[in-house]
Formats: sequence, C-alpha cells, structure tokens
Amino acid sequence: MEDIITAREITFGYPKENNQIQLVLRGVSLTIQEGEFVAILGHNGSGKSTIAKHMNAILVPNEGTMTVCGIDTKDEEKLYDIRRQVGMVFQNPDNQIVATIVEEDVAFGPENMGVEPSRIRELVDQSLEDVGMSEYKHHAPHQLSGGQKQRVAIAGIIAMRPRCIVLDEPTAMLDPKGRREVMRTIQRLNRENSITIVLITHYMEEAAKAGRVVVMDDGQILYDDTPKHVFSHVRELKEVGLDVPQATELCYELRQAGYDLPEDILTEEECAQALCHLLERGKAV
Amino acid sequence: MIAIKAQELTYTYSVGTPFEKTAVDHINLEIEQGEFVGVIGHTGSGKSTLIQHFNGLLKPTSGKIYINGTDLWAEDTVRRAYRVKVGLVCQYPEFRLFEETVYKDIAFGPGNMGLSPAEIDQRVRQAAAAVGLKPKTLDSSPFELSGGQKRRVAIAGVLAMEPDILILDEPTAGLDPKGREQILSLIKAYHKQRRNTILLVSHSMEDIAKYAKKVLVLSKAGVVMYDDVANVFSRAKEIEKIGLSVPQITRVFELLRDQGYPVSDSIYTLEYAKQELLRMLEERGVPHA
Repeated sequence: MEDIITAREITFGYPKENNQIQLVLRGVSLTIQEGEFVAILGHNGSGKSTIAKHMNAILVPNEGTMTVCGIDTKDEEKLYDIRRQVGMVFQNPDNQIVATIVEEDVAFGPENMGVEPSRIRELVDQSLEDVGMSEYKHHAPHQLSGGQKQRVAIAGIIAMRPRCIVLDEPTAMLDPKGRREVMRTIQRLNRENSITIVLITHYMEEAAKAGRVVVMDDGQILYDDTPKHVFSHVRELKEVGLDVPQATELCYELRQAGYDLPEDILTEEECAQALCHLLERGKAV
Repeated sequence: MIAIKAQELTYTYSVGTPFEKTAVDHINLEIEQGEFVGVIGHTGSGKSTLIQHFNGLLKPTSGKIYINGTDLWAEDTVRRAYRVKVGLVCQYPEFRLFEETVYKDIAFGPGNMGLSPAEIDQRVRQAAAAVGLKPKTLDSSPFELSGGQKRRVAIAGVLAMEPDILILDEPTAGLDPKGREQILSLIKAYHKQRRNTILLVSHSMEDIAKYAKKVLVLSKAGVVMYDDVANVFSRAKEIEKIGLSVPQITRVFELLRDQGYPVSDSIYTLEYAKQELLRMLEERGVPHA
C-alpha cells in the first residue's frame, strides 16, 4: 500500500507575544497508508488538531517535512492538488456551509473542480444518500439541526471523491443517533470506497472502531497501535486526561480486584462474554 | 415548590409556510425546585426549543409556561426579571464572549441587574472561583484563553447572576474527557452548595448517569419519560428505539440478563457495575488472586 501521509520529525509552534514560540508539535513522525482508518486521541491542547491541519496543508511545519500524496506541503503551487485529494471536515458545520440550498452546497466542491454538470448531479445525489440526507436536498441549511448540517458538510467533501478525509471531531455536536450514522458512513467509505480516514475524536468508543489509534500528549505521540493495545493502558491514558470505554474500565477494575479477565476488551459484547466466562468458573447460585 | 411548569405547551416554527414545524407539542411537565435533571433527546426532538421557553426567549404558540408559579407571558413586565432568575448557558457559549477582560465579561450580567459595584465585584469573584478560574485570569483577555477556559468564563457569566434555575445546553460538547469531568464536577458542587434547580442537556448518557438525579427524555416534540435515572435507564430498549442510547455499562448488564444472569436492571454507572459484579463473583466463589 502507498503511503498517503508522511510526517518526518515535524515541529510546529504558534508565535506568542515577546517573539517567543509556543510549541505545539515537538518532532512528530507518523506514516498513514492508503486505505487505513486511523483515530487520533489526545486532550485539548495535545496537538491533535494541529497535526490534522498539516494533513491538507492548512499549516506547514516549522521544521521537518510533511508529505501528502507524495507532495511536500511546503510546495505552494501544489496546494490545489493536495486539497482535492485530502478533504477536511471540521467540528462546527456552520463554518463549512456556503450555499443557501443543501444540494447546491454539496455541489460546490465538484463545481470548482470543473466536473461535468450531469456528473455533478450523480455525485451530489450519491453523497447525500451516503449521509442519509437525500430528503433534505431542497432545504436551506439554516433550517437543519446541527447534526443534519454536519452530515451535509461531510457530503460536500465526499462529493469531491477525495483519497483521504480528515475529520476533526465531526461528531462533537451530534446526538447518539447522528453520531452512529456519521460513524457508519465513515466506516463504509473506508471499507467500500477505500478512502483513507483520519478521525480526531474525544469519544473512545469511536476510536475503538478504527484500525489504529494514535494518542497525542504534549505535542508528541504517546501510543500508536491497535485499539486493543492502546486501550489496555487504562491508567496511563487517564493520567494524560483521556478515558477508556466503560467496558474496558470495568474489566480493568475487576482485574485490579484480582479477577482473571482479558486486557483487550473494548465492546459491550466482548465484556459480557468475558464476564459470563468468569462467572461460570464459580458455582451456580 | 414547582420551579418549572409547562401546561399544554406548544411551539410551532414558521407558521403558515411550507416549512411549518411543531417542535414542542402539547407538553405537560412539572420540575421540582432543587432537582438536578438530565435532559436527553435526539436532534430535532424539541429539547432546545423547550428550554428556550423556560427563560422567555420563545413565546409559546399555545399553552402556558410557569416559573416559580408565575405565568411568564401573563404580563410583559415579568419576563425581564425571569431572564435573570433562569440562567441559560447555550451551546458553545464561548463564541459569545465579547469583553476586553474576563472580569468585565463575567460582570456584564450582574451589571445589568442594577447591583452595587461592591456586590458585582463579589459575584464576579465568586463565580470565577466556582468554575475554577484563577484570580489572575480575570485580567486576561478572554480571547487569549484555551477553549476549555473560555467555556468556564462563559458559564461564570451566567452563574454571576445567581439564577434560581440553571440550564446548561451541552456544556461539555467538544471538551476532552478530563475537561468534561472538571466542568460537570464544578456544576455538581455548585448544585450541592446552592440547592438550585439544574437542567443539564447532554448527548452523553454516561455523563447524565453520573451527575443527574432525574432524566427527562424527549422525542418527537413530546415528553416520553420523566423519572429517576435508574428507572429511565432500566428501559434501555425503549430508549434505543427512539434513537438514543444508554450508557455502555448498562448495555453490558442487559447482555448478561439476556444470558440468564440475575443482575439488576438499573446499573448505570461504573461504580454500581463494579459493586454488583464483585458481589456476584463473591457469592459464586469465583477464584481470584
């Protein structure tokens, strides 16, 4: 598989008063291959949004190199090529919607790419269907709820058929149903259309669905592994202000009490199954 | 005493247009003074519309809304007083900060209440302390602060008005787990100290389970349940059917019950779950280290 995003020892800081620099990324190296589904976790201020913004050249590193689809992000002439291959979805949909009618908003990207009108029609319809918003295509975005708007924003990215989508807390404003729908959409795009997904989230249960979890702390990568391995570090994650799924934490607590339970429990099904096994080792009451 | 009472409360957006939509449909509800209520409902269930009636931001299309027994729309003069008695922290309140310093921003609300400068000063400092802001932060510009800190400033601005009823619309959206826990613990401590009525709108069932005493469940513009946390989450299947979820831990116990284990159906926090399991493991004499 081809590497789609490669960060080599990148350092980035924001200028502060008195000519100093507030370092946000401290020598981060990370490679993401085409087709992966990577979740990035970290507390507020850990640098996770900053690294995401490097992935489609909204920010460029002060030191080190960032390569996206084989292009160095410092090459300003290639910005357009990077951005049509790596789409970005932000937390607040209100900042991402530009048109006054839902379907026109979704068409904005492909129109700018010079796609043929009949093809735009197909792309828009398909994208709205993918996010479950087809019935709202003639609505004005301001009449939609926050969750619905976010799905329109995602449709607008999908319509450009990018190779990679970077989502910065896309579900922070959604209800559980909206969250499930967005997660399902993201998983389907990854599985069926082989779109590379980078998901920044505070929801541990969402991260558990990724193939790989990267944990950031203080501008550096703390863990980079499968969800099962990463979430087995219950105490360390709590120390850096993160959480683990409740099912994982319950098993951790019972292990602390001396019971024999696996360390890699993530879902409620795995947890219930492990507990059944454990209970069967005693006598029926 | 009844803090909030809704009687056949109905609100319809865009009356007389093709987009006419009834967001709150004949709701009857009574919330006791001093309750800590979690409000849940999927997007479009009417929860934001409902809470905007509680401090008179929206006028009912029909029906009545009473705060502390007073009909908010009986006379035009009462509503101003109730904007102060009912404090509403809207979603992403940090986008509404506007003053030069944190101090001035928090002082804006009490400043409009006609209080003396000494009283305003005291309230600003108390509110800042209640949300965990350090005194030196008061002189900073709110725009220099991190997202989590800004959120605290915005909440302090509402607390400084010392509302009888405090409504928080997703106060932890976008915060990391630690930030979430800090803000909610502060709100809980504030509730314990002042015994005022608190309504917490949240999509996090785990947070609702941990902090609220009662849960108000809304769906399709109506009230589906209003009951104690344990009773609400024991109806997991109904809750999932209306597009909401129960805490992950509650689902684990649902699965154990499906397997025939006699576990309680009202497990909704990690602590209860742990206790219940330790009890069962002990009873069955499961070997442990």
